Amino acid sequence: MAKRFFEDFTVGEKLPLGSKQVTSAEIIAYAAEFDPQPAHLGDQTGGEMIIDGLIASSWHVGALFMSMICDGFLLDSSSMGSPGIETLKWRHPVRPDDTLSAFSIVIETRTSKSRPEMGIVRFRHEVHNQTGDIVMWLENPILFGRRQAASS
Amino acid sequence: MTTYEHIAIGDSFECGSHRFSAEEIKRFAKLYDQQVFHTDEVAAKETLLGALCASGWHTAAIMMKLFVKRLADENEKVKARGKAAPALGPSLGVDDLRWLKPVFVDDEIAFSAQIVGKRESESRPGWGIVSIKSSGLNQKGEPVFACTGHIFVAKIETD
Repeated sequence: MAKRFFEDFTVGEKLPLGSKQVTSAEIIAYAAEFDPQPAHLGDQTGGEMIIDGLIASSWHVGALFMSMICDGFLLDSSSMGSPGIETLKWRHPVRPDDTLSAFSIVIETRTSKSRPEMGIVRFRHEVHNQTGDIVMWLENPILFGRRQAASS
Repeated sequence: MTTYEHIAIGDSFECGSHRFSAEEIKRFAKLYDQQVFHTDEVAAKETLLGALCASGWHTAAIMMKLFVKRLADENEKVKARGKAAPALGPSLGVDDLRWLKPVFVDDEIAFSAQIVGKRESESRPGWGIVSIKSSGLNQKGEPVFACTGHIFVAKIETD
């Protein structure tokens, strides 16, 4: 597939990002380094919890989404990074052996007056699990180089 | 941090700092975010960001790491006073997450957190939802990261 530039995104377009299976080892490894709370390490010992059992750190789910969008289209694009995330919601826990799938929908494209070599694409991204639950969604802008800037 | 009842809007606390090494930046990127500005020092120079820098998800992960550490330290103090440490529930989400400046190799980012909102959960009795603004400043005092997260906190002390 040809490398994607700003011009290749159209409002309403839905980009599939493939799928990814999550292992308990991966959940625990991420948690041990970044989010060592009992629910993410598999050592919950009673207490009053909202969710029982081993679940992935919310930020781990975000990082997994990032790997999916990289493989989906970002690594083969003129991506210049992102200034942030407007809204991010975690709606359902991710457990060992869940298979996540994701897609990105283009909700807005605009050029930059101050930087004519780039454009801004706003997306809504959704991550679902194997039973169709929405696990996480977010809306954010990503900066992309423009085709004419690359060819000039 | 204590139970929901003891948290006051406006409370703020330092969470400590973290230096991002090149090795660590590339290790995180290899797993989760292989854009060239996170994986390759030479190629990164040709990009908008200008040099190798941490994935935004890496910066967020370190924010969480230091926040959890700070909370654990606080809970130890609560336990030392003979009280049960409060339960922290899941995160609902974050708003206005901003990667304000790149986090470059060997930048040292100091994170802090401030309570900006609290409300009782309508769906889960016994729990409140606390909104916390997290901020990260680099060694020059420049803001590099901000977000406002919403987390369940137990209203009653649990054992």
